[in-house]
Amino acid sequence: MKRRDFLKSVTGVAAGALVPAPAIWSAAKADARSETLLVVTENGPNNLDIHGVGTNRSGYETSWNCYDRLISHETKTLPDGTLSYDRDKFKPELAEDMNIGDMSVTFKLKKNAKFHDGTPVTAKDVKWSLDRSVTVGGFPTVQMKAGSLVNKEQFVIVDDSTVRVDFIKKDRLTIPDLAVIVPSVYNSELLKTKATEKDPWALEYTKSNTAGGGAYKVTSWKPGVETVYERHDDWVGGKLPQLKKIIWRTIPSQGNRRALMERGDADISFDLSSKDTSEMKKANKLVIISNPIGNGMYCVELNVKTPPFDNPKVRQAIAYALPYQKIMDAAMFGLANPMFGGPSNNVTDISWPAKTGYSDDIAKAKALMAESGVSNIDTTISFDLGAGDICEPISVLVQEALGQIGIKTAINKVPGANWRSEMAKKSMPLMINFFSGWLDYPEYYFFWCYSGQNSIFNTSSYVNPDMDVLINGAAAAAAIGDKDKYAKDVEGFISKAYNEVPRVPLFQPLLNVATQKNISGYAYWFHRQLDYRSIVKG
Amino acid sequence: MLTIAKRLLTVIPTLIGVVIVTFLLTRVLPGDPAVYFAGPAATPQSIAEIRKSLGLDRPLPDQFAHYVNDLAHGNFGNSLSTGRPVATEISSRLPASAELTLSGLILAIVIAVPLGIFAAVKQGSFIDHLCRVIATAGVSLPVFFTGLLLVYIFYFNLGWSPAPIGRLDAFATAPPDITGFYLIDSLITGNFETFRASLSQLVLPAVTLAVFSLAPITRMTRASMLAILASEFIRTARASGLNDRTVILTYAFRNAMLPVVTTLGMVFSFLLGANVLVEKVFAWPGIGSYAVEALLQSDFAPVQGFVLTMAVLYVALNLLIDMLYGVIDPRVRLEA
Repeated sequence: MKRRDFLKSVTGVAAGALVPAPAIWSAAKADARSETLLVVTENGPNNLDIHGVGTNRSGYETSWNCYDRLISHETKTLPDGTLSYDRDKFKPELAEDMNIGDMSVTFKLKKNAKFHDGTPVTAKDVKWSLDRSVTVGGFPTVQMKAGSLVNKEQFVIVDDSTVRVDFIKKDRLTIPDLAVIVPSVYNSELLKTKATEKDPWALEYTKSNTAGGGAYKVTSWKPGVETVYERHDDWVGGKLPQLKKIIWRTIPSQGNRRALMERGDADISFDLSSKDTSEMKKANKLVIISNPIGNGMYCVELNVKTPPFDNPKVRQAIAYALPYQKIMDAAMFGLANPMFGGPSNNVTDISWPAKTGYSDDIAKAKALMAESGVSNIDTTISFDLGAGDICEPISVLVQEALGQIGIKTAINKVPGANWRSEMAKKSMPLMINFFSGWLDYPEYYFFWCYSGQNSIFNTSSYVNPDMDVLINGAAAAAAIGDKDKYAKDVEGFISKAYNEVPRVPLFQPLLNVATQKNISGYAYWFHRQLDYRSIVKG
Repeated sequence: MLTIAKRLLTVIPTLIGVVIVTFLLTRVLPGDPAVYFAGPAATPQSIAEIRKSLGLDRPLPDQFAHYVNDLAHGNFGNSLSTGRPVATEISSRLPASAELTLSGLILAIVIAVPLGIFAAVKQGSFIDHLCRVIATAGVSLPVFFTGLLLVYIFYFNLGWSPAPIGRLDAFATAPPDITGFYLIDSLITGNFETFRASLSQLVLPAVTLAVFSLAPITRMTRASMLAILASEFIRTARASGLNDRTVILTYAFRNAMLPVVTTLGMVFSFLLGANVLVEKVFAWPGIGSYAVEALLQSDFAPVQGFVLTMAVLYVALNLLIDMLYGVIDPRVRLEA
């Protein structure tokens, strides 16, 4: 290229840069909008299959809507008029009926159920899918174990359209565990053709393809950008959903998600921050729905293996020193259920999550510190930076409060990626953390957070044989339906946990959703993801 | 040609270095991917299963050998967070970033270069002060702030701009993938509706980037023009009675272009990797936000792939700029 030519071309490019015209909507697009739902959230799925390695919570949403399970839950209307799944009522989804025997449960499949590719759903598919969930390892296998579903031998094909699940022991959680996302039914014939020696369960294929028979199928997936679903018109798992198409866009900026909603360009913004929720409620332009997250609490957690938190008096002193209401106002803009200020630490009913008997009482806290005989404490408060918008204000208030009773603290912000490995080490002395369980039963929460198996969520490393007796007692009583024994044990373990306070409950957070006024049918689900099937537009 | 071949040779050790450093760097980063991806309700056993399936239980040299072998086959590995091959992911995201960065840069050049020239010619005048104010404001406003402000005004309040939800609005269909640049692809296929849709999506983020990159380009143009205008051959040209236009554009500007082109190269490669915030604000599916998300999740493969891609791009860009020097200024060619 000649020098002069080059210089000329530079000027040409500069002159060619255009001033763009504003966008216009075409008529075809307006039609498509009425049958399409546009959902915006902060994150999208990283894997379309909940059985995959490291599938994130958004991925659970895809699995929930694209696969059927044998059974699901009914929905009910809550006192505030919002819809929620009903923990205690099951309804058939792929199954036509469910027959619970003494040591097994038998499911008869719907005759006309078809996968997305038109293949009929048979007992073989169900068996293959349940086998898959108990053998792939990782999260799905752990979740199945929570309902005492561990061996392939438990799943028996009776005939082409009948499946029996045998119990290894009586467990109240077995049936609910068959209604969570994990035991989804996959198209086994299709997946067998995709399986390889290294990948016998075809996880590689289901990572980016939906191979089920659920109400929706994914037609396009751009990770981190958008997921597009279309309705499976032959779905028989329930009432055919109204919406033909779902577009789910990832919008990382919180402010823009709000702008999209307020301008009316998006239909649903899911999982809002407390700040946006409280402000948007006041503006009253949209429908804002808030539901308490079942079986979930934010707590201040004390590691009972690190002195001085091995001393119950110190733990109680901390529980009396925390400025609970201030914490709830600063971190949640008041949008949470208090888990403090109850009548007593000795609870007298089995409702869960339950309030502790603690409240902000510095004099009592100081007295307890004096009794404990411990002084000059220097420690750190840790929290997950991924939940920084909630945990950071809490940690500052906790730091200030503990300073008043002679506990000096430094704040340790742990990046999201490291949080779980830090939790697994069990070396953090004091942390602010959240736990919630899918299966909404107190013994399930205690099994993870207080039992002697010392799971990763028992961040306090609290191991107490008496506690284990109560937890196991409650689970055993529930399995045989002994209500009195169950109530006694549940009240026993809650009271014990609150008196010994290895973790100090703060509040139960809410799951907040904004929808346009023409959207109805949103229901809260235990998995805290969106169920498109019940949503109606117009 | 020989010069270019020689330059290419020096690139090889750089790339080997980059491969080793990125590999080691991602391994010493805190955070355990196996624990992260084991998800909720993980048990030590399930974590071990995942560690094995990720190959993280093997010794480090063994992992490195696998990594290099994969690279040699053009395999960048799989991203765990998006569940796709890194190479596919980068090749689909790089055009998005490049389209945005190039548009921003071209916009910046169109404004900054004339502004810089005017400021130099009319030193101390109103234009010169304006140039200083724009440049200072441009660098001092953080990009995410400019971005959010523009969204607030032009989308939220005025409604002139479409919703900031990425490269296309939710109901438009993407053009067939030819170059990966939506503007070009839609023009090639004659789809003017998509062209307009993607152009209108591009305006705000491109302006945001342009505001940010105005400063270095304007200042560099002004400074280098000032130096040239003070030199003797310009005085000679003026003394010979050439008009202002010829003196400034033909003689002064051409000679002042070398440092400007260098700056452009730097600004471009900087923007390409560092416009993460703009990508976040406008939900732009670019390469920067991809790498940052991966880093936050201890997802090694995309981070390695990103650093490697950026290193290659940077090297290529520098090579291109060196070649441009020769076109702009024959003396550089002779010396080489």
